[in-house]
Amino acid sequence: MGKYIFKRVLLMIPTLIGAAILVFLLLRMAPGDICAVRYLGSGLAIDESQIELCREQLGLNKPQIVQFFDFIWGYVVFDLGDSMWTGQPVTHEIAIRFELSLQIAIMATLVATIIAIPLGIISAVRQNTITDYVVRGFAIAGIAIPSFWLGLMIILGLLIVTQSWLGEPWMPPIEFKSIWEDPIHNMAQLIWPAVATGYRYSAVATRMTRSAMLEVLREDYVRTARAKGMVEKIVINRHALKNALLPVVTILALEFAFLMGGLVVTEQVFNLNGLGNLMVDGVERQDFAMTQNLVMLVVIIYVFINLLTDLAYAWLDPRIRYS
Amino acid sequence: MSKYAGFAFALAAGVGLAVGAGGSAKAETPKKGGILNFIVAAESPSYDGHKESTFAMVHPTRPFYSLLIRVNPDNPSSPTDFQCDLCVGSVPKPTDGGKTYTFKIKKGVKFHDGQTLTANDLVATYNKIIFPPDGVSSARKAFFKMVDAVEAPDDETLVFKLKFATGAFIPALATPFNYTYSAKDLKEHGYDWHEKNVNGTGAFKFKEAVAGSHVEAVKFDDFHVDGKPYLDGYKALISRKMAIRVQAIRGDRASIEFRGFPPKQRDDLVKALGKDITVQESDWNCVLLYTPNHGRPIMQDPRVRQALTLAVDRWGGSQHLSRIAIVKTVGGIAFPNHPLAATKAELVRLKGYGTDIKAAREEAKKLLAEAGKAGIKFELLNRGTDQPYKIVGTWLIGQWRQIGAQVTQRVEPTKSFYNSLRKTHDFDVSVDFNCQSVINPIVDVSKYIGSAGNNYGNYAGQDQELEDIYNQLVQEGDEAKQREIMRVMEKRALSDQAHEGITLWWYKINPHRSYVKGWKIAPSHYLNQSLDQVWLDK
Repeated sequence: MGKYIFKRVLLMIPTLIGAAILVFLLLRMAPGDICAVRYLGSGLAIDESQIELCREQLGLNKPQIVQFFDFIWGYVVFDLGDSMWTGQPVTHEIAIRFELSLQIAIMATLVATIIAIPLGIISAVRQNTITDYVVRGFAIAGIAIPSFWLGLMIILGLLIVTQSWLGEPWMPPIEFKSIWEDPIHNMAQLIWPAVATGYRYSAVATRMTRSAMLEVLREDYVRTARAKGMVEKIVINRHALKNALLPVVTILALEFAFLMGGLVVTEQVFNLNGLGNLMVDGVERQDFAMTQNLVMLVVIIYVFINLLTDLAYAWLDPRIRYS
Repeated sequence: MSKYAGFAFALAAGVGLAVGAGGSAKAETPKKGGILNFIVAAESPSYDGHKESTFAMVHPTRPFYSLLIRVNPDNPSSPTDFQCDLCVGSVPKPTDGGKTYTFKIKKGVKFHDGQTLTANDLVATYNKIIFPPDGVSSARKAFFKMVDAVEAPDDETLVFKLKFATGAFIPALATPFNYTYSAKDLKEHGYDWHEKNVNGTGAFKFKEAVAGSHVEAVKFDDFHVDGKPYLDGYKALISRKMAIRVQAIRGDRASIEFRGFPPKQRDDLVKALGKDITVQESDWNCVLLYTPNHGRPIMQDPRVRQALTLAVDRWGGSQHLSRIAIVKTVGGIAFPNHPLAATKAELVRLKGYGTDIKAAREEAKKLLAEAGKAGIKFELLNRGTDQPYKIVGTWLIGQWRQIGAQVTQRVEPTKSFYNSLRKTHDFDVSVDFNCQSVINPIVDVSKYIGSAGNNYGNYAGQDQELEDIYNQLVQEGDEAKQREIMRVMEKRALSDQAHEGITLWWYKINPHRSYVKGWKIAPSHYLNQSLDQVWLDK
């Protein structure tokens, strides 16, 4: 197992180098630059020489190959550089948003898991009954409704309902406070995006749980267990569910990785100062330093979570052994 | 019917409250205390007023600093009412034939770190802005081309010596970006220090900032105006999405957003909150233009450009577009309410400003036919932002279709939009805008000359007459003569040569919680943001 993990970690290196080359080239193919966005976006009359000075100060006039090696060298010496927009270290900019993104990802995964696994099981066990149809309808709606729209509806609903009940409209807080600093404020802000995101996320997982369960429930060993007179609850939970969880775990893990950097629109809808918003800002402003490092962070998270998922397979299915 | 009548009443009440705010505010005694939460739609790259050009820097940081002079916070809608902030008395008149301005500086003004302000701090500040050393950014040094030297004969006297007399100097001094820094800070910490650090003489002190989230400030007890500020502090909350900014005011997470909302969002807030919301509205020192690219053969003939301006129904458009977009006022090159601006009688003499749109469009068709460009086909480049660019761009296309033009629209995000305007020049006609802070028409109208850095029409060197007219305007000290020259320039730029086409001037709408008092709307989202006069009626 140790040897397997070591090999997988080594394999990350070419993946990361490939991602670095790709993100570097793609960002520079886009027209415009950060200095034009910084000085011209407001429409104010600006001395043109300031734009050139800005380019010079940010190193944008250097040959691209030099810029690329500067970027790679940053990883070698563990210096990710400074944001070209704020001038703050990239690590600082990411660190202040990481907690929020991680918390949302965990909460949304919890919401999704709590909804998806029981509903998927019920739907499979009661296949083609009213319950199954309701669960499938609920799941399809979750896939069909964009989470940002659901988010907007949640906020609007809260405003309208609280105004009619309490006389004053209430909406979730729009600034983040750590759960360790102010848990009530924290939950009042984050529960809603977690529900909006977790619902969509659960919809995919519910359908996956259902189809995996249906497949497993037709297996010989399940029939054997029932023939032995085993209690149905044990058949479902111990024999069927554990084996059906492999694809569900894959889905949950990949979605978790996506949530760490991809909650772009939901973060905007709920005004969350997370990594998704930072990524959007980086791309819009053409802040190469920030965008490159964020993409690399997401790649690392994906690769790492894939590794954990593979390791989880062995725990779920003892027949799987790594060498 | 009654629902709409109720809504109309609420809207009228909201706006009415704003209109009457001046009178009622005077009768009320400001209450002390409280924290003002306001929303900012973007995040500033730094806190250095001399370097940046965004409202996202002004709104959270302007209260940290004082200016030498500022727009009168009690009368910000006036484009010519300036008052001393760090100087004593009223704004001085020039001597030496309009070439010397002498300011007496207030005594006992403290910086937040305890230093005492002297005229030398202002000399250091203005030298950084006007004569920055190599490698130091100063975004508005071009505003001060007339300045020859800045001197401090003693600690309480500041003297500006100009190269020539001009009406552009005093408004340039009142530009809200001219934050006063300490000479000691500049000397000891360097010219980049203020990008990430704050030490001003303003009404509020920096408390904390979280990137992407907020900037927080507390009251400065040694502020140089007795009894102010009224607030204990403020928090500038960053929120990029308009829906959230509107709902934040509705849900009372924030009390105000100083940049402004479109009419629909104003109406929604008034409908939801009734008397709890107050709406202030004003003309806005931003104008939405379209710029024909003279580098394209299709746009080189002045008759074609004249036809395009003749096709645009500005008076009709004002009525309809002002219901859905942040544009309203018909105007020429100078800000509509300024003494240097054209009156309606003067405007209607320009091509495209007449009140008989049918006749204008007939003339446009005739001009296109004469130029051999009947049924002209071209592309309109536009910025990928709804308000007001995409709305007005789509309307423009409809206007041009009325004269047989076949126009398609190419919408690009901000960065590639500017890349097309500035570098690749790959457009026939582009939506363009001119948005300034202090109303300084003599500086603001430089946009219309081909050699200006922010002119994207590619006619630099092609219209020397216009350049000469502008130079004459800049160096004219007499206001009546400035006005005459402005009309000549306007006619040349918009009518005879039709180098640029003005659509409508922007219109600023600020709905805010009614308990926010003492803040008055200004004709720019950069102005009147010192917050020392703001209080909460809670």
